[in-house]
Amino acid sequence: MNAMSQIGEFLIGLIVLLGSVLGALSAFGLIRLPDVYLRSHAATKSATLGVLLILAGAFLYFTFYLDHVSAKLLLGIVFVFITAPVAGHLNGRAAYRSGVSLWEKSVADDLKPALKQERERKQAQEKAEG
Amino acid sequence: MMDGFLITSLVVLSLAILGCLYRLIKGPSMNDRIIALDTIGILLLSMIAVLCMLFRTQVYFDIILLIGILTFIGTTALARYIERGDVIERDEPNR
Repeated sequence: MNAMSQIGEFLIGLIVLLGSVLGALSAFGLIRLPDVYLRSHAATKSATLGVLLILAGAFLYFTFYLDHVSAKLLLGIVFVFITAPVAGHLNGRAAYRSGVSLWEKSVADDLKPALKQERERKQAQEKAEG
Repeated sequence: MMDGFLITSLVVLSLAILGCLYRLIKGPSMNDRIIALDTIGILLLSMIAVLCMLFRTQVYFDIILLIGILTFIGTTALARYIERGDVIERDEPNR
């Protein structure tokens, strides 16, 4: 039983360490990548996964070693999992609409013709309404 | 052994927060700073979770939830402010 609990502690510590390394990787991407959009790609995904791993490790530790099943931690996991991608998406949209330029080596910009088309349609509609 | 893992991950997380601080200060556009703030909030949340495990206490779980909610609301409000110029839309009847 003692060996089992030591192996469990080792695994939980490994999960927590992996989560923090993912957080450090997201900070590394935030420093190195050349563009707002690429940076948001680094920050949103890997930081979210790192936090999920750390909170899951904390939940497992408190469940098995301190005999406390914490609903607050589960709520925190669900909340971060829902809101972090939404915040990243909102920020990317705000960046594009306020005119932050893309990296000069980007090859595709699908949103630009779509936005232009929408603007022309709105102008035609306003003209038709008088 | 568990405490060694936890302290190492605290060190790694604080180095990551330092890296985000560089982007927060330097960032060419305002959106870079918003992304850096969001990431700092999320990393702070996970640091507090690690501290909970290190001290074997449950009293900081409320702070985890609070920092998560505040980070999300702050990012959303700042992004909306940059996109439209105001945070809460008002009804304008003469439009």
